[in-house]
Amino acid sequence: MKTLRRTMLYVPGNRAAMVKDAHIYRPDTLMFDLEDGVPYPEKDSARMLVYYALRTIEYGDVETAVRINGLDTPYGRDDIEAIVRAKPDLIRIPKTDSADSVREVEQIIEEVERKIGLAVGTIKLFAAIETPLGVMNAPEIARASARLVGIALGAEDLVTNLGTTRSEDGIELLYARSRILFAARAAGIHAIDTVYSDVCNDEGFIAETRLIKQLGFDGKSVVQPHQIDMAHKIFTPTVEEVRNAERTLTALHAAEERGSGVIALDGKMIDKPMVTRARRILELALASGVEANKELL
Amino acid sequence: MGRNAAGREIPENIPGFEKVAYFEGAYAHTPLIRREKGSRTLPRLNKLVDSIEVAIEKTGLKDGMTISFHHHFREGDVLVNRILDIIAGLGIKNLTLASSSLTTVHAPLIEHIKKGVIRKIVTSGLRGELADAISHGLMDIPVLIHSHGGRARAVESGQLEIDVAFLGVPSCDLYGNANGFNGKSACGSLGYAIVDARNARKVVMVTDHLTEYPNTPFSIDQDHVDHIVVVDSVGDPGRISVGATRMTQDPRELLIARMAADSIAASGYFEDGFSFQTGSGGAALAVTKFLREKMIDRNIKASFVLGGITSQIVKLHEEGLVKRILDVQSFDLDAIRSIGANRHHTEIDASYYANPLNKGCVVNKLNVVVLSAMEVDIGFNVNVITGSDGVIRGASGGHSDTAIGSGLSVIVAPLVRGRTSTIVDSVTTVITPGESVDVLVTDHGIAVNPRRPGVAESLKAARLPIYTIEELKAKAEHLTGTPEPIRFGRKIVGLVEYRDGTIVDVIREVE
Repeated sequence: MKTLRRTMLYVPGNRAAMVKDAHIYRPDTLMFDLEDGVPYPEKDSARMLVYYALRTIEYGDVETAVRINGLDTPYGRDDIEAIVRAKPDLIRIPKTDSADSVREVEQIIEEVERKIGLAVGTIKLFAAIETPLGVMNAPEIARASARLVGIALGAEDLVTNLGTTRSEDGIELLYARSRILFAARAAGIHAIDTVYSDVCNDEGFIAETRLIKQLGFDGKSVVQPHQIDMAHKIFTPTVEEVRNAERTLTALHAAEERGSGVIALDGKMIDKPMVTRARRILELALASGVEANKELL
Repeated sequence: MGRNAAGREIPENIPGFEKVAYFEGAYAHTPLIRREKGSRTLPRLNKLVDSIEVAIEKTGLKDGMTISFHHHFREGDVLVNRILDIIAGLGIKNLTLASSSLTTVHAPLIEHIKKGVIRKIVTSGLRGELADAISHGLMDIPVLIHSHGGRARAVESGQLEIDVAFLGVPSCDLYGNANGFNGKSACGSLGYAIVDARNARKVVMVTDHLTEYPNTPFSIDQDHVDHIVVVDSVGDPGRISVGATRMTQDPRELLIARMAADSIAASGYFEDGFSFQTGSGGAALAVTKFLREKMIDRNIKASFVLGGITSQIVKLHEEGLVKRILDVQSFDLDAIRSIGANRHHTEIDASYYANPLNKGCVVNKLNVVVLSAMEVDIGFNVNVITGSDGVIRGASGGHSDTAIGSGLSVIVAPLVRGRTSTIVDSVTTVITPGESVDVLVTDHGIAVNPRRPGVAESLKAARLPIYTIEELKAKAEHLTGTPEPIRFGRKIVGLVEYRDGTIVDVIREVE
């Protein structure tokens, strides 16, 4: 399973030209959308298209996810029936309000997995939180299933429900972002930020991505391929950060070899969080093409 | 029927052509002849005539002669159609139309071909309904497709003798001094028109902006001009950047452009003082945007940029990243403004640009060129003239000239176009032979011509996604399958002339 999810690229499931090779833009995760991005008359054909694409096309080391329709729609169950058979890495649940809505989806996935002889638990889950109720229930949602590898904020519906609109500095989302991030971290899973929909405003996108990185998010949903590189650049560690991480991990390995439980670097003790941070920096560096010592991981 | 050095079957006898010389390799054929400047008619004090009709009459245009036009207004051209209508009205027939290129606006020529006004066409390109009709067998004599450098060679050497050149110019004085950067219809460089003005037997300047004498600086000088006509409009500069010269927002084209810029930066050619050109087409033009970032990062300045000039290039020049611009054709309004305003934005003519048989054309001084392609085959031959349905829909332009002249030629194209692979076993039509193509950049990876192992090594060292061209083809066909071959008839509808005047390929009628 991927450890990096800096970018999840939305790909409308009804657009064959994009579905066929969207991995060329190198997002960490490709998210084929069957939900809001697909008009009603094309729900069935999009499901078929994504199903066949996943079974036919080699997406390489890019993680694949499918955003299904909600179970409260006529399409949700059919989506799960088809998509589990196509074996994407993830299924993303839209508009998750409660832990129960995760479990409902999980139950159907499990049924299909058993039916087709796929090991139960193969398909992982991602839950999008897009309502005030979902935000309030975020801690329970984050712990609802062992399959759940992350939760994501979906802001467009949320701000409408809050009675406001999205602003440049994103102050209206501060509580939702913080709560979702805390819920994810408490459950030990990923937290992904919402899309930046003003696709022509690169400065705005960069500012928002810097903000959510500083808050602690693992990445961002993106709607335009050209946003991918901008986001990855922001998540790329500096050479100095990489060298420090390498030194920390070298010290760790040296201590392990000595059989010593005490790790020291430059006369200072290294604690567990420092090691975790160092590993993450190294992973980010390797994914971003920054030179780093892979052996240390 | 015989096979030329590009491996294409070429018939020996083709209607309308005296002798067909087979392509033998980029520098194998050297029919080096330069025509002496012909004698001139006595100088006239008044060259201004009342109308195009009068000008035509005074030139002595007769059945069977060759007339020429330039294509600086691209999709905004109005003169070709207008003048052909007048010529048809005068009852003149069997003309050879030698336009430096033709675009979608020239569909009305179909009627003139049907009525016998035009018997033969010599051009760099054809698009739209006219191209479609010709591909379906409209003409008895095949169209001759030339490169920009090849045309200049043909005109200067006398192979293509122009009887009357009708040159739309945005500003002109009473004695014929003209430039392209003043007047309401400013189109910038007059690079193609200059060659015709110097070599045609009779030269008619058509303008919508008559200036005081002398109209300096001039691009075409009075020494070459016979008659001048004033009309209401010579063209719409706003439509120059429609079509092949637009700036792209397409993420796929931007991805390809970024990868092409990465390839150039890693190739060994990217150093202070380098020179480059980008051809028309979305991805090719967008490469400039990404090169700019790299030039700033590495503190590199280009000695010159050549070619069809766009606002991106002008911006680089005005920022100091590009020292000089050599402009044979201005691709948008910024380029048009710049050529009149910037001291080091210099107009050049098509012969200076790319004529392979003059004493030195500037493509030979070019380090890097980025070019588009409709199809590339596993021998790296490039097609930019016929679509995957076999129908003519493009232009040879400076493609083969710059590919062979430059140090590094980079072809950019999406791996899959519509529902077919861009990489094929054998291109429908060869415009640029594979021997002059170095790197192919697609959205799924890069292939380097095996003739350039050093370039391949440099790109691999930069961790760029390098594949063999066969591997890229297989990737494409995994998505598309292999299409049915196009069904062509026997009739030859076009000859593709290589820049040296030999025939590199033929285009057959689409069934």
